[in-house]
Amino acid sequence: MLTLLLIFFPLAAALLLFVFRPQNAKVVALIAALIELIISLVIVTQFDKTGAPQFSIDIPWITSLGLSLSVAIDGISLLLVLLTTVLVPFIILSSFSHTYEKPSTFYGLILTMQMALVGVFVARDGLLFYLFWEVALIPIYFICLIWGGEDRGRITFKFFVYTLAGSLFMLVGLVYLYFQTPGSHTFAIQALYEAGRSLSATEQSLLFWALFVAFAIKMPVFPFHTWQPDTYTVSPVQGTMLLSGIMLKMGIYGVIRWLIPVVPGGVAQWGMTAVIISVIGIIYASCIAIVQKDFKRLIAYSSIAHVGLISAGIFTLSAIGIQGAMIQMLSHGIIVFALFYIIEIIFDRTKTRTLSELGGIRNVAPILTTVFVITMLGSVALPFTSGFVGEFLLINAVFQYQAALGAIAGVTIILGAVYMLRTFQKSMSGETNNRTSSFVDLTGQEKLVLYPIVILIILIGVYPTPLLEISESAVNTLLHSITEVTASAN
Amino acid sequence: MNALFVITGLGIFSLLAEFGNLKKWLTGFVVAGLAAAVVLAALDWNTAVPYFSHMLVFDNLALAFTALISILTIIWFWLSADYFTTGTHRTDRTSLIVFAVVGAVIMASFNNMAMLFLGIEILSMSLYVLAGSRKDSLSSTEAAFKYFLMGSFATGFLLFGIALVYGATGSFHLHTIAATLTANPSGLPSFFYAGVLMMLIGLAFKISAVPFHFWAPDVYSGSPTTITAFMSTVVKVAAIAAFVRLFSTCFLVVEPTWSKVLQVIAVLTLVIPNVTAVYQNNVKRMLAYSSVGHVGYILLAFIASPSETGTIFYYLTTYSVSSLAAFSVLHLVEGNSEEVTISYFNGLFKRNAWLAVTITIAMLSLAGIPPLAGFFGKYMVFAQAIRNGYTGMVIVAVITSLIGVYYYFKVIIAMYFNESTTPPVIELRASHKTLLFVLIALTFALGLFPDMIMSLFQA
Repeated sequence: MLTLLLIFFPLAAALLLFVFRPQNAKVVALIAALIELIISLVIVTQFDKTGAPQFSIDIPWITSLGLSLSVAIDGISLLLVLLTTVLVPFIILSSFSHTYEKPSTFYGLILTMQMALVGVFVARDGLLFYLFWEVALIPIYFICLIWGGEDRGRITFKFFVYTLAGSLFMLVGLVYLYFQTPGSHTFAIQALYEAGRSLSATEQSLLFWALFVAFAIKMPVFPFHTWQPDTYTVSPVQGTMLLSGIMLKMGIYGVIRWLIPVVPGGVAQWGMTAVIISVIGIIYASCIAIVQKDFKRLIAYSSIAHVGLISAGIFTLSAIGIQGAMIQMLSHGIIVFALFYIIEIIFDRTKTRTLSELGGIRNVAPILTTVFVITMLGSVALPFTSGFVGEFLLINAVFQYQAALGAIAGVTIILGAVYMLRTFQKSMSGETNNRTSSFVDLTGQEKLVLYPIVILIILIGVYPTPLLEISESAVNTLLHSITEVTASAN
Repeated sequence: MNALFVITGLGIFSLLAEFGNLKKWLTGFVVAGLAAAVVLAALDWNTAVPYFSHMLVFDNLALAFTALISILTIIWFWLSADYFTTGTHRTDRTSLIVFAVVGAVIMASFNNMAMLFLGIEILSMSLYVLAGSRKDSLSSTEAAFKYFLMGSFATGFLLFGIALVYGATGSFHLHTIAATLTANPSGLPSFFYAGVLMMLIGLAFKISAVPFHFWAPDVYSGSPTTITAFMSTVVKVAAIAAFVRLFSTCFLVVEPTWSKVLQVIAVLTLVIPNVTAVYQNNVKRMLAYSSVGHVGYILLAFIASPSETGTIFYYLTTYSVSSLAAFSVLHLVEGNSEEVTISYFNGLFKRNAWLAVTITIAMLSLAGIPPLAGFFGKYMVFAQAIRNGYTGMVIVAVITSLIGVYYYFKVIIAMYFNESTTPPVIELRASHKTLLFVLIALTFALGLFPDMIMSLFQA
């Protein structure tokens, strides 16, 4: 029951928003998001770290299609659910200083998005997963289309068609698997796993690509990333936060849950290719980030680099790689949220995001500068920040997989330091100019958002063990099941 | 059958309503009668009684289509209330619509070629007049004339086909023909097959399948919007019902004769209208092409498995509900203008959020975006085709539905992105708001619970 409440409470809250007066929508939405956070924390306290998928529910829904409302939470799901439920209240709170037109619709769409995201992370039925996956796209598309910036019509449409085309491949793949299941067919995850593993090598590699393209577009991994920088830049900042903080994790989660265990043969065949294109993406995106003039666009490219490393780590199929990916997903989620929020604060005060027009903020806003420094250090993976734990594990995993690739992937830390320090230099240090001279330091509401995030960045960096423990047994089960398959195949 | 009696009675009553002071009650009375017809159809469920020496058979498929046609007409009366209140010919128009519904029900329940012909003619005659019912408008008159010419042409094909089939088999009855075919697997004269193909062409005109669709965009965009809504939902449902009934029972034995032809027609119907719709700037014309395109998906499902009528019925239901939603909004947005371009929708979200949200949902559903009804319709069609080995056609259909996303989204982007050039805020009456709400709710409900419909077809 708790799982259903977790999924559908945000939807109910989204509908309820329209009962209240529009000017109260933000407060109601915040309260709803906090209640959702409490629900997820209750689940954490009842969660058995050593156990199999828990809180499971399985209700037949559309019998003629073999679809059932089948959901469960294991360690991997739980961490991502937590990321969602922690970030959404902050995202809503971060919008308080801004007045959006049609606020009920705006916050309703954010909460609907939260429902779909949680649904994606807990679904245990192939078609249900696909449905939540697509439903997540609709609110974010409208958030970007209605409240976005210049030229948003064209850019958001590209985003929509790109991701829709990707997920159609996934749907075709899932339907193909569905017809391979025995008897009257089912979309249940275990049946799909078995169906996928029984396929021939050629079928598995075709299926690998059908599913991988969908996930790669969502993450996005080079060369499927072309929609991303424009979309991140043009979206309203809350949309960017949802996209980069949570939505791209859908793609990574998809690889872990719906690609690796479904077609282990295909992954064995193409894993190396996936690692290589991920590593290429890291270097490519980092280099582009270095020359960006627009602050928001720079962070968009840095996000591609970070996701590339996560994807490379996962395809090494090692416990540290996947564990590193789990922790890095959380870390990247909160860091990128904080970075986009800082950009929004700067934009709000100076009306520009162009780095060359900024400068000297350090002299007038010491608190903001301190917060930015800590977040930045998290982003470049300095020890004792959350970024370090994840990147260390991931680079370690890639290094053990293939030393040369590990070395190249390791360059990301250096490149990351280059573009982030350059950003710091251009925006924070130097002389104040006429745009930044009257810069006001963080307000109380902004502190309320950024302080907890900074604390989280340091806390996860110093003591990541409890989080790692949550996903450990699920990751081991996953790796165990696929090594069994590859062992029996040999 | 009782449903048919009731609807025919309503038609006659509508004619008589000119006498006495019955006019203002007429619409309400007709809607109540149609609701009664739905109930009567439900009561007859699982009986499959033949009437008039097997001229009509109300089996479950016929009853399901009767109920669907009646429900769609009820919703249609709701959205087009002002079509009857403005202008003078209230009773005439009502009776024409009701007689069209009579024709539609006969097309869904015929068991005899003569009844098929009668049903089509009753339906078409009413529509020729209705298409031209905006007498002061040149395009409306043109639409009526074009529709009449093309319709008669198609009827000619159909009649010729019926005659040839009769000549070869000696019967008008579907079951007798089917029995003759099974008894003589190779012994029928070749003009029989010509007859089957001519009937195929005649019905392809009626369901507006490519390359027999040329009348549809002109007629749809020339007719009054409410009549277009009627044609693209109720009439389309009836035409498909007749098509499915004829080819899945009577001509199923000679499937090789028509299946290749129909496959070509289906692929053309998927590709050409969807591509043409991209270039339309007139929303009504775009919806007309989109409506032709949807026939392609239905034909795909039919080719894959002629006997699985559930998928086709579900697809038609979802398509009709979404189309009614789209046409309702179009009707409310257009005001008195004859040609509604996409720019009419600029900034609609700010001018009237109700209208914008409704047509957004309708467009998303027609484009096949989950979790709306249209997605499940397409999904079932594709799954049925893959299961029966028509993967190549499914790939074509997937590509055309992506093209569909492009033109449906043109309207959506205009509403939320473009600045409004025609500023007036549109005020809605409470009844219109309720109608839009019901259509949105139906679009969601059909999507979330398709088993409501599909369970009807599980034996």
